[in-house]
Amino acid sequence: MTLHTVNKSPFEANSLETCLRLARSGHNVLLFEDGVYGASKGTRFEALITEAMQKQNCKIHVLLPDFEARGMSTDNIISGIETVDYAGFVDLVTKNERVQSWL
Amino acid sequence: MEEGGATKKFLYVNRRAPYGSIYALESLEVVLIGAAFEQDVSLAFIDDGVYQLKKGQSTDGIGMKNFSPTYNALGDYDINKIYVDKDSLEERGLTLDDLMNLTWEDETDNYAEKPSISLVNSEELAALMEQQDVVLSF
Repeated sequence: MTLHTVNKSPFEANSLETCLRLARSGHNVLLFEDGVYGASKGTRFEALITEAMQKQNCKIHVLLPDFEARGMSTDNIISGIETVDYAGFVDLVTKNERVQSWL
Repeated sequence: MEEGGATKKFLYVNRRAPYGSIYALESLEVVLIGAAFEQDVSLAFIDDGVYQLKKGQSTDGIGMKNFSPTYNALGDYDINKIYVDKDSLEERGLTLDDLMNLTWEDETDNYAEKPSISLVNSEELAALMEQQDVVLSF
């Protein structure tokens, strides 16, 4: 299994799109730093995220401290996305065989 | 400027989210320094720049300074022309209510508190840019 990390806003870079295009079934994706904006409902990337979870069976996570720093509301996270703290980030890294960073 | 210097129109264009890079904070620093020179200053927030004005920022968890309260001080420096690109807000699922309520006091109107933020469309933004003497991008 692979952990994909995305730290760029989906509006600024195509990292999230390429990541989700190439992530395989069962893979984990972690959104952190400016990548967390992709986890909010109502953006033009919501459908892409939902599809990755439902059709590709990807698990998507968002780093809560980064999300809260940016004033984003946890009530507004796309359903199905899991929040993690730094310890959860480490767990994801250790339980996957590799980490692929989409910079 | 004092000593007979000409007043120029400055526009600061902000297109980056806060915290993920240093652009947002550096822009704010430059705007505040520039405010001392009594120029005609406008700020534009476009693309991810609109996230700089998001309400409720709380950086306790990431060990960085939450500089968002500083935007509230802009009004005291006579910076009250803050333009937010409506399209950028909308594609992020945000509305004006999601942004900080930035205001300024109009001394010609009995110090009435007035909103500093205006939502603008592409046409209005393009016109605004064309009026400037200097455009600084962050």
